[in-house]
Amino acid sequence: MGKKNWRLERPLHLMILPGLLFVLIFSYAPMAGLIIAFQDFIPTKGMFGSHWVGLEHFKYVYGLPQTRAVVANTLFISFMKIVAGLVVPITTAILLNEIRKQFFKRAIQTVIYLPHFLSWVILSGILIDILSPSSGILNQGLGFLFGAKPIFFLGDQSWFPYVMVTTDVWKEFGFGTIIYLAALTSINPMLYEAAVIDGANRWKQTLHITIPGMFPVIVLMMTLAIGNILNAGFDQIFNMYNPSVYETGDILDTYVYRLAFVNAQLSVATAVGLFKSIISFLLISLSYIIAYRFANYRIF
Amino acid sequence: MVQHKSALQRTVYVGIYCLLTLVALVCILPLINVLALSFSSNDAIQADKVTFWPVEFSTKAYHFVAQKKAFLLSIWVSIQRVGLGLLINMVLTVLVAYPLSKESSHFRLRTLYAWVFVFTMLFSGGLVPTYLIVKNLGMLDTLWALVLPGAVPIFNVILMLNFFRALPKELMEASFIDGCGHWKLLWKVILPLSTPSIATVGLFTIVGHWNEWFAGIIYMNDSIHYPLASYLQTIVVNLDISKIANIDDATYLQSLNDRAVRAAQIFLGALPIFCVYPFLQRYFMSGIVLGSVKE
Repeated sequence: MGKKNWRLERPLHLMILPGLLFVLIFSYAPMAGLIIAFQDFIPTKGMFGSHWVGLEHFKYVYGLPQTRAVVANTLFISFMKIVAGLVVPITTAILLNEIRKQFFKRAIQTVIYLPHFLSWVILSGILIDILSPSSGILNQGLGFLFGAKPIFFLGDQSWFPYVMVTTDVWKEFGFGTIIYLAALTSINPMLYEAAVIDGANRWKQTLHITIPGMFPVIVLMMTLAIGNILNAGFDQIFNMYNPSVYETGDILDTYVYRLAFVNAQLSVATAVGLFKSIISFLLISLSYIIAYRFANYRIF
Repeated sequence: MVQHKSALQRTVYVGIYCLLTLVALVCILPLINVLALSFSSNDAIQADKVTFWPVEFSTKAYHFVAQKKAFLLSIWVSIQRVGLGLLINMVLTVLVAYPLSKESSHFRLRTLYAWVFVFTMLFSGGLVPTYLIVKNLGMLDTLWALVLPGAVPIFNVILMLNFFRALPKELMEASFIDGCGHWKLLWKVILPLSTPSIATVGLFTIVGHWNEWFAGIIYMNDSIHYPLASYLQTIVVNLDISKIANIDDATYLQSLNDRAVRAAQIFLGALPIFCVYPFLQRYFMSGIVLGSVKE
């Protein structure tokens, strides 16, 4: 019986083997490489020749004044992105759901999904131009309409985090509506018919049927988002920040990048990365467990 | 649902239409602005006359870009990367997704394998250790560094295996009775039935490889190996003229507005995405639903 099974299953093992090898080399080997966080790693000496220093790099990073700011920035920017990233797509989905003219609805969807597929490099290039204080159309428009003084959106510490949140919502809200539109279609139409008979207008129906009907999906998306709270958006911030906004705009991932490739402190960068990976792992696992328990959500 | 609309309701509906139109304009106008800039003359751009329509129409920026060696070279790198990356990703995605789509009773180590793959979504070695692996394998400054570290896209594997699972089980049982092995079953039965999900995952992969820029920045020491996305990152975002422009470029740039050139390159970089977008839109809906809604 055992032999027969093995013969039947052998092709399956063979199929999975190449993928498994790639994952072992490019995902698991780096996990083993995390030990350099506990070494004074020198590339020429390699992983086995470098000195062990225990938790020294963690203590060093903990003592750096900017570390605390970086963690605070990460949480602040992430938290605002989560809130705005829930409110805007949900509102848009509810409004789109009211549209009866299919052509109009399709046209709006086509346009608002588009930015999701463009990379942050492209979009940053566009946004840097638009947000420029001297020649950008946004400042020109504000000046023309309100006589406002030009605002240096990407160079002003107090503006920068909010610009990140706004532009992130701008890129992703359209795509985010998809899941809520799907949730809306699964609401039983008989509920609306009953509500009409009871004399509820469209607003009351939205309040008492549509929003409660979407509630499970909203909670699910929120849970999954909180698991990712340490990812404040490397691609976006790396392409738009500059030294004058480090104080409010620097996040864990950009910090790790600069420690590694600008300061060449490979071990310190790895220590910060390891810290982030562990906390993220716990949060993401927890969010999946909660999502599984309460919404029966499974990734596969 | 028959409803008699009052004047108030009608006003609200007009409001919703206007609001959504406004929202859509906010999404699209920045892109139109860049397009308009790329086709405008130097004088018009410097006088801040350009908004959403080219002023003093000119294709000079495109002529300049078309003879820029670094730009053309990076497009070639991107094309190679997308081609090779697509091949590797699709083959590995299918080969991993098929065994994982089996029940544990038919493939006893399935759960173990599945966890090995899923764990990489939850925990990662991070930037520096991954970089060191790629470096130690001697892949710096080669195309392999751009395609091999992400050779098994786990998210796509999950999309695909959920799709395989939704296929009727009777088909596979019938094939087995007919003496068909796993390889033949996958090649002759499963794949022909899976064209929608293969197209979805394939398009995601193409877009992903075309847009990915970070691997190029960290793994390529010499910018001649940059794919287009990484090249754009250095010139569009860093605005570091000294890094990209040799002296000939600099003199040319004086007669030609740098903003127009940047705009032209941004637009050309996004053009392939615009081209596949209609197909993406048709497919990604099914892809998203596959990935998120299960019974």
